[in-house]
Amino acid sequence: MDFLNALVALSNFVLVPAIAYGSQLALGALGVTLIYGILRFSNFAHGDTMAFGAMIAVLVTWGLQAAGVSFGPLPTALLALPFAILGCIVLVLVTDRMVYRFYREQKAKPVILVIVSMGVMFIMNGLVRFIIGPDDQRFSDGERFLISAREFKAMTGLNEGLAIKTSQGITVIMAVVAVVLLFWFLNKTRTGKSMRAYSDNEDLALLSGINPERVVMITWIIVAALATTAGVLYGLDKSFKPFVYFQLLLPIFASAIVGGLGSPVGAIAGGFIIAFSEVTITYAWKKVLTYLAPENLEPSGLVQFLSTDYKFAVSFVILLIVLLFKPTGLFKGKAV
Amino acid sequence: MKKLLTATAATALLAGTAMAEDVKLGIMFGFTGPIESLSPAMASGAELAMKEVSDSGKLLDGSTVTPVRADTGCADNALATANAERLVAEGINGLVGGDCSGVTGAILQNVAVPNGMVMISPSATSPGLSVMEDNGLFFRTSPSDAREGEIMADILQERGVSSIALTYTNNDYGKGLSEAIKSSFEALGGEVTIVAAHEDGKADYSAEVGALASAGGDILVVAGYLDQGGLGIIQSSLDSGAFDTFGLPGGMIGDSLPENVGPDLNGSYGQAPGSKSEAADSFFGMAEGAGFDGSSIFVPESYDAAALFMLAMQAAGSSNPADYGGKIMDVANEPGEKIYPGELAKGLELLAAGEEIDYVGASGVELIGPGESAGAYREIEVIDGEMKTVNYR
Repeated sequence: MDFLNALVALSNFVLVPAIAYGSQLALGALGVTLIYGILRFSNFAHGDTMAFGAMIAVLVTWGLQAAGVSFGPLPTALLALPFAILGCIVLVLVTDRMVYRFYREQKAKPVILVIVSMGVMFIMNGLVRFIIGPDDQRFSDGERFLISAREFKAMTGLNEGLAIKTSQGITVIMAVVAVVLLFWFLNKTRTGKSMRAYSDNEDLALLSGINPERVVMITWIIVAALATTAGVLYGLDKSFKPFVYFQLLLPIFASAIVGGLGSPVGAIAGGFIIAFSEVTITYAWKKVLTYLAPENLEPSGLVQFLSTDYKFAVSFVILLIVLLFKPTGLFKGKAV
Repeated sequence: MKKLLTATAATALLAGTAMAEDVKLGIMFGFTGPIESLSPAMASGAELAMKEVSDSGKLLDGSTVTPVRADTGCADNALATANAERLVAEGINGLVGGDCSGVTGAILQNVAVPNGMVMISPSATSPGLSVMEDNGLFFRTSPSDAREGEIMADILQERGVSSIALTYTNNDYGKGLSEAIKSSFEALGGEVTIVAAHEDGKADYSAEVGALASAGGDILVVAGYLDQGGLGIIQSSLDSGAFDTFGLPGGMIGDSLPENVGPDLNGSYGQAPGSKSEAADSFFGMAEGAGFDGSSIFVPESYDAAALFMLAMQAAGSSNPADYGGKIMDVANEPGEKIYPGELAKGLELLAAGEEIDYVGASGVELIGPGESAGAYREIEVIDGEMKTVNYR
């Protein structure tokens, strides 16, 4: 019984939140890694691209709610997602046409593109705040829980409750669907193969007749779709606030780099590694250990390695360790 | 148009000869930031007192009082200091505010003390402000949190709570209050399993709640803000089933909390400054007539803060902070005729006739120590999605 209680407490406070958070990071990191692999620069505007996509989803959701449209037990935001993706695609394509293409034609060095992307980040940052404001916005609706803690306790008779939010369930399912679609696209379709070819060797790809502008456009479209999905899922699960997406940039980059920049599998693995490290290192293990430890050996302190304030420090430290000992990341991406 | 101008000029001249002036009182609350949902009603409370006095025409030979609002951001010291400096430059005669303890201390040290400006805060409750060097310029119509800590410990004990987990918003207010609650509750024999800070403005509080849940406790006391981290902590605790019942100190009392959290908040309880008296009821009526909610937290205190300024000016016969500052304690405390809300004109008359008054006001003002309220509290419980006052202490 104690063992089950420990397991449930662990799932409730560590496993479930970390899996949901990891999926969100993985989706974000996939976008970063695709840009790095194909366009060959680190896109600092990625967090704010997510914010922009999520913002459109919020606005469309409000519109749908006002029109009385709902999605039954699921959040209305899922209906708004296609519109948000379209809006975000328009934004990134316009940005590419107006900004990045100029530097691409100049054959600008990656470091210049990084700085350019920071400029884009500030513009997008301001754009989102200008349209929706800097405050928290609520847009989730529908059933809140798949299983609520109280129901779970009543059902199983355990001391500990297990809560799984609808948003967490949707996050994981959507992430799996997005990843499967992406991998199918990259590995099985002609366009996907041409993208990988372009990523592996640009000159060879050009010689074999691949149209670079088309590859770039499709990359941006995919990245916008991934970023919007990640942004909406994060907003549904936590809350929508422009500044928070800016803060997400660090764990997302950490995920992409830990997995190996340019490697889609690495981005997913990296997302989960970062999420689990952040959650497990800042979790107070007292409760779980008290159930597991034999009598009289229960811990008296909280058994918390780091205060929750240092959550982002964990991403930093992992990033440093990986860069020091395995600069190409776990899955052999490109060296930074 | 020309006629109107001449008429206005003539009136101004006439008024000038009668020694009447336009007294400006600054109102500095956090119209943006963590307590932005509370500030409009507080400002309306202060302005109600000013309007009452202006309409009576009895202050300093028919002077009028004009409110000047400015934002503190509640947690933004730079913004608050800059705005206070602007108000001083605009020639205010007194400052109602600030609201949150941190910015109030910043305004006091950076602007009020150097400029000799008197401040009366209706809502800054940090114990630290009691000992801050203020040259006799700072007063508050709200009690120190040290007192709220004692009250909260009493309530917890009476409700049979033996252990609490405690989380506070990481600023002067939260830290001071959490220390007060912890020491008072432990003095009564209760156990505090964990004292953990939380930052406002984060998207996700599941990690903080995980630590709190691991430490355990009968209830979770959230010494935070209802529009910010406090709300996030409660939401996340309920989502994960970590705690069902919450202890809610003053910063968490407000109608938006049960609205945002929903029925799961029922049964949680706490306390907020406020007193049961006919005075308070009559004030609520006045506020309703003026179109705002007088029972919202710190609104009676705001009315009283503004009233104290004008009564002290009348007692001193001057709107100069250097002259009337010393009179604030006199008009607020015994001896003298008791003055209730809506009776400011009567108080002004008595003072003009050279008599003493004891301003009671809407919140039962009684200034002790370095000029802070002795503290009357309402015990509040969330019943059917509403914050109901169940007891007075």
